Amino acid sequence: MNTNIKTREYTTVSEVSGPLMVVEGVDGVGYNEIVDIETPNGEKRSGQVLEVTKDVAVIQVFEGTSDLNTKNTKTRFTGETAKIGVSRDMMGRIFNGIGKPIDGGPEIIPDEELDINGAPMNPASREFPEEFIQTGISTIDGMNTLVRGQKLPIFSGSGMPHNDLAAQIARQARVLGDDTEFAVIFAAMGITHEEANFFMRDFERTGALEKVTVFMNLADDPAIERILTPKMALTTAEYFAFTLGMQVLVILTDMTNYCEALREISAARDEVPGRRGYPGYMYTDLANIYERAGRIAGKEGSITQMPILVMPQDDITHPIPDLTGYITEGQIVLGRELYRKGIYPPVDVLPSLSRLMSGGIGEEKTRKDHSGVSDQLYSAYAEGRELRDLVAVVGEEALTERDQKFLEFAQAFEDRFITQAKDEDRTIFETLDLGWDLLKILPRTELKRLKDEFIEEFLERSGVNVE
Amino acid sequence: MIIEGKIIKIAGPVIVADGMRGTQMYEMVRVGDQKLIGEIIELEGDTATIQVYEETAGIEPGQVVESTGGPLSVELGPGVMGSIFDGIQRPLELIKKESGDFIARGVDAPSISKEKKWTFKPVAKVGDKVKGGDVLGEVQETSAVLQKILVPPTIEGELTQLVSEGEYTVLEDIAKVKTANGEESIQMLQKWPVRKGRPYTEKLDPNIPLVTGQRAQDTFFSVAKGGAAAIPGPFGSGKTVTQQQLAKWADADIVIYIGCGERGNEMTEVLSEFPFLDDPKTGNPIMDRTVLIANTSNMPVAAREACVYTGITIAEYYRDQGYDVALMADSTSRWAEAMREISGRLEEMPGEEGYPAYLASRLAQFYERAGRVDTIGTDPKVASITVVGAVSPPGGDLSEPVTQNTLRICKVFWALDASLADRRHFPSIDWLQSYSLYVDSIQAWWQENVASDWRAVRDEAMVLLQKEAELQEIVQLVGPDALPEIDQATLETTRMLREDFLQQNAFDDVDTYCAPAKQYKMLQTILLFQKDAIAAINRGVPIQKIVALPVKEDIAKMKYVPEDEFEAKIDQIQADITKQCSEA
Repeated sequence: MNTNIKTREYTTVSEVSGPLMVVEGVDGVGYNEIVDIETPNGEKRSGQVLEVTKDVAVIQVFEGTSDLNTKNTKTRFTGETAKIGVSRDMMGRIFNGIGKPIDGGPEIIPDEELDINGAPMNPASREFPEEFIQTGISTIDGMNTLVRGQKLPIFSGSGMPHNDLAAQIARQARVLGDDTEFAVIFAAMGITHEEANFFMRDFERTGALEKVTVFMNLADDPAIERILTPKMALTTAEYFAFTLGMQVLVILTDMTNYCEALREISAARDEVPGRRGYPGYMYTDLANIYERAGRIAGKEGSITQMPILVMPQDDITHPIPDLTGYITEGQIVLGRELYRKGIYPPVDVLPSLSRLMSGGIGEEKTRKDHSGVSDQLYSAYAEGRELRDLVAVVGEEALTERDQKFLEFAQAFEDRFITQAKDEDRTIFETLDLGWDLLKILPRTELKRLKDEFIEEFLERSGVNVE
Repeated sequence: MIIEGKIIKIAGPVIVADGMRGTQMYEMVRVGDQKLIGEIIELEGDTATIQVYEETAGIEPGQVVESTGGPLSVELGPGVMGSIFDGIQRPLELIKKESGDFIARGVDAPSISKEKKWTFKPVAKVGDKVKGGDVLGEVQETSAVLQKILVPPTIEGELTQLVSEGEYTVLEDIAKVKTANGEESIQMLQKWPVRKGRPYTEKLDPNIPLVTGQRAQDTFFSVAKGGAAAIPGPFGSGKTVTQQQLAKWADADIVIYIGCGERGNEMTEVLSEFPFLDDPKTGNPIMDRTVLIANTSNMPVAAREACVYTGITIAEYYRDQGYDVALMADSTSRWAEAMREISGRLEEMPGEEGYPAYLASRLAQFYERAGRVDTIGTDPKVASITVVGAVSPPGGDLSEPVTQNTLRICKVFWALDASLADRRHFPSIDWLQSYSLYVDSIQAWWQENVASDWRAVRDEAMVLLQKEAELQEIVQLVGPDALPEIDQATLETTRMLREDFLQQNAFDDVDTYCAPAKQYKMLQTILLFQKDAIAAINRGVPIQKIVALPVKEDIAKMKYVPEDEFEAKIDQIQADITKQCSEA
């Protein structure tokens, strides 16, 4: 390939529209290549090639297209796809959405330059995730267990305390009896200064900051930069996990903003829109982010992902949560109704799910009764909730004694099991014992999901910390 | 003749090349300096539009596109069984050796080993008149699969040469046939274009059920061997577990499992679990009769489009040998979305919800490759391909195009319901919405093999479940106590049908597979309870006493009784029901 052609500068911008810029008369430009742009007043920006046809390149400009003109804007094609220089020193540092340090610290001297698009992990190289992560939150540990290498999103609605929950998880998450190096990578896309400050203060207050690497694209930063932010974060995560052998938790917030940016670019390119104007390739695009979680057989480290997304109008069928749910291994759903009742964390266990739960619980991992207790709590609470609707129609007196017990259970479940303080870190054993304690409310014949031997062993002695 | 063109445009997985006159539609090409694999999907004058099966970053206009002279094909022969392929039949284990834990671009990995020697036992004799589909010899491919080496469909004539028993690679000539157009030599390796169905003599009526050991499916909504079933379900409704249960337990000779746009970790679960699972009938590892095709959601989108074709072509190859093949595709929605994505890149006029207008015909073409057939050959064998396609309707909305077009073709519909899954009712098959149009045609099999009154028992249970839905509506309005006691007793029975029969625990060692005879007995027991309880109420026994009968707990636990203890236990439970109801 002809390198001297590659570094040639062009001033042949023919069109600027939205986040896109069209350059004509180019030669030897590669798809997805990174472009350096100099505005007429000397400011430096970067962009990426979205489409090349013969000698015309369509470029998306990351820092926005204001001030660009079609006369003397300079573009230089670098011949490389987007890369990030990674190093262990990135830990404890703060970067902007495209990977430049913004904490006033020194530039990072990279150990390696990695393509931020990554490559798909070979399914035959993966190791199935089955190490229990204790988050200290009963509704997650007990009923929607998170395991190392999983991607488990939080589906929230606007105004709900998903940030508190994410911070609490980042603070409390640990694997029992394991002291491998632990790191948190926090990628913020389009969140407000206030939200960003909340996280930074929380990390600082708890002394976690030195273990956290932050990529920050705020609400007033160019939306297009958001496209790169999660990829930067996950490339760093892959380096930490699979080269340095760390256990990495990646928090991505807010994926809704990311998808909005995707839609913006798609619209600017006049693409055929899919559902609600989101591009048809959004599933593939999201998969390329979420699938960068996991473990590799024979390697120490792991990447666990916790994306946060705010469901527009609390609608779980909206394309963003819908496509996310099809890729991730379950979801933690925050419930508006619980939140209104003042319950924290308002995790609605009924639509929540952890698909990798069964591999991470049970004897030697948590406790042998875990799966039974979880199923039983679940079905009893579901029944109690259904009965509430019935009560609204016929009144509580019309219920059978059995049904009243379920109603009582549902209430107690919300008050004692779901509810916990923002700094309350319950062990899994406390969570399970609490579950048994609540199940005492129900008639024993109704405990159909529990094996007799467990009922005998645990029902009477609950409240005691076993093992 | 190799045609070389030049790239003029790149947009994601779709590229356009110039100077391609002479190439064919669906011809396979090599793209760019890295020689990425692609396929021609549109021809116009000198230009060809190509979908590329690998990531196209860094490809430049002006780079070369090379034709290969043939369509995208799979390699068929000994060595396919037990493998794990990506969407275009590259073995993942080999890719791992070549490129490490992450899949690099342009990896060239042969689908089946060309070096490995297989023991070939001739069956035909020199001098035989043979035609496509006739068995030349056999190779014990795995402990579970005896692969029959067939005369390729296009060859007919006199067998002039056949090697003796011995070790051969798939590329060595094993036979020669004198055809009308001269002598053709035959190897164990055959290539077949994925988008073209392999021929058969005749399609037959599917009238034998595919026994899956799953109660809801077998008893109520059975799929026949050679049929097609659709499992639509919103995420979290247990679609994948349902598919995997079928792959593990269905009584097919061969299972092809296509993970199309699947989660990587889920695929890994399949990959790490199947090799250690034993076939309940033969005791051989299940992997020995399984081919896995894993194209996870982050692997290139064009390969996702191809992977269902790769899968069904392999299925047809084993069908032609006389086997019953079950093919699971999870999920066909991802496949349809891949079509949509590529169609969008081609700037085609979109149909409903942005899907291409040819969505319905592509789906129909795929499902029509299922079926119970007489194979080709001098001595046709009866064999089948059963297709079970998962559909992932966005937002759980069944009115969307992929679900609707699938339902127009499939005769079995297992509707997974999120609210059932929320209540941890698994498998979350909605008994009121689901249907099977095969119940009439497979009835004879059940009567012959299980019980003569199977249909009556099944229908009675179904009627009760429908009755329950009506009663529940009344309960919602007036509360359960306002119902007549007979109806309250019926609700007790239907609760048993739901919780103790329809619910099945895939993670329990015993309950994960339930033999047809046990299914029948369980259902019979619950209906006996209904009969005796109603009789007791008619005698004036209060409903509270019926509700409190201790035998109910035994009924709830009967699904956990192992097969060998079941006969004795069930007789005991049935006797207890009659005894306790009459004494109540």
